[in-house]
Amino acid sequence: MAAPPALIERPLKSTQNSASPVIAFEDVSLAFEDKQVLDGISFHLPRGESKAIFGVAGSGKSTILKLALGLLKPDSGSIYVLGEDVTQMREQELFDLRRKIGMVFQESALFDSLTVRENVAFRLMEERNISEEEIDRRVREALSFVELEHTVDLFPSELSGGMRRRVAIARATVTRPEVLLYDSPTGGLDPVTSTTIIELIVKQRDVYKTSSLMVTHRLQDAFIMATHYFDRKTNKMQPSPPGALCEAPMNFLILRDSKIIFDGGVHELQETKDEYIREYIS
Amino acid sequence: MELISPTEFAKEKVQAVQDYAVLAGRSVSNLFGHPRYFADIIQQADLIGVGSLPIIVLAGLSIGAELALNSAATLEKFGSLSLIGQLVSVGMVTELGPIITGLMVAGRNASGMASELGSMVVTEQIDAMRALGTDPIKKLVAPRVASTVFMLFFLTIIADLLGLVGGGIISRLIFGIDSRQYWNSAWQALAFRDVFTGLVKPVFFGFIIATVGCYYGMSTRGGTQGVGKATTQAMVASSVLILIVNFFITKFMMAVLGPH
Repeated sequence: MAAPPALIERPLKSTQNSASPVIAFEDVSLAFEDKQVLDGISFHLPRGESKAIFGVAGSGKSTILKLALGLLKPDSGSIYVLGEDVTQMREQELFDLRRKIGMVFQESALFDSLTVRENVAFRLMEERNISEEEIDRRVREALSFVELEHTVDLFPSELSGGMRRRVAIARATVTRPEVLLYDSPTGGLDPVTSTTIIELIVKQRDVYKTSSLMVTHRLQDAFIMATHYFDRKTNKMQPSPPGALCEAPMNFLILRDSKIIFDGGVHELQETKDEYIREYIS
Repeated sequence: MELISPTEFAKEKVQAVQDYAVLAGRSVSNLFGHPRYFADIIQQADLIGVGSLPIIVLAGLSIGAELALNSAATLEKFGSLSLIGQLVSVGMVTELGPIITGLMVAGRNASGMASELGSMVVTEQIDAMRALGTDPIKKLVAPRVASTVFMLFFLTIIADLLGLVGGGIISRLIFGIDSRQYWNSAWQALAFRDVFTGLVKPVFFGFIIATVGCYYGMSTRGGTQGVGKATTQAMVASSVLILIVNFFITKFMMAVLGPH
């Protein structure tokens, strides 16, 4: 891997008290027509921590991310993101809040008519008060982080699935957001590329200390995140020493029948007696 | 095909009209706030205006020529063939120029906008834009509305002029009418109300084309099949709306400015 870019230990601006959670769902329910998708969901994502959300297809995992971003409104309950209740905010107010959140979409959702540079720089260009030189420097820094500096002038259609996912990570992290939301970042990728993506997520977590909420189908991805750390000396992801806790705590949240059936750490998950969860993690 | 109750059907339609009205209103109000997307307006003006020019030139010339060709027989019966310039100019400037331009641009651009925005919706690019803190209505819809209204106005003027040229060519070559007489008759027949009516219409038609195209694009559901459906619906709905609105503008202008 290439040498990491100049490290900034924290997001540029922290807009909230460090003790309060970056994301908090309180008794959130949502139904689409007659189908109940989420029913009384409550959980917290403390600052600096990561949480992986599991569940079968259609269990509402991606919906949780869209609710956190305010892209969808719940039928009931409250959602606090960086201390603000997104359920009570107007769309215009949400645009300001969303600039502090990074989102990596399931299929990358890169703008196909823009080059990689323009995709990554999109948010910076929208700011209107950042010079071209500064934009260029930060785009190269973000692309260097995901090791795709050479793709700067290519269009998304010219990239492989894994490269698109890495560009999406660069686009989400270029403004150094306070919280990152990953929607199945390894979905549809081969095991080697999946490991590369997880390594980037671990690198982002350990280098920039960004809180994250990750939806995934692959339990092994979350286990890797819980049991590995990013070693800046070797510039590689390494297994944590046995018994040692990760610098950034990793928690698991499992959904079933529109409800949360598990919310805890890796050890609690391994020791659970719940038949469904045991079958799920086996 | 799934049957739905009349109440549900009515609710859906009312909801659609409400959503369209909100989108159309926001596309106008967003033009006046920051940030302003001038580069996007220019890019869309190029795509819509310059891109539509060849088809408008062709349509204008042929409609003017056909109008002269078809009306000549009737005028000849009354011995008024010299009035052909008058008939072509009033017909083109008040009705055919704006309608033909509107329908042509609707076919080309309302469907184009619906398919482009629809594809962005189904590939989550619109959600990504919102997630990046940018208002898609401000960034994508408002520039399309502004540039369509602006460019349709000038495209209509070009179509009107070329319609007159087409009529003039036919009058000279087939019916042997003196060109000076043709243009004199065409020019003198035009009154303020004709020109005003003909130039008000493209403003409304441009607004209809862009807002309907963007509305169907932004409300696309159901993958690539949904994109195809949105494209067709945008073209049909904008064309029908243009014809209906044209009738009411003509009626209104007649009531306000008096008949020709």
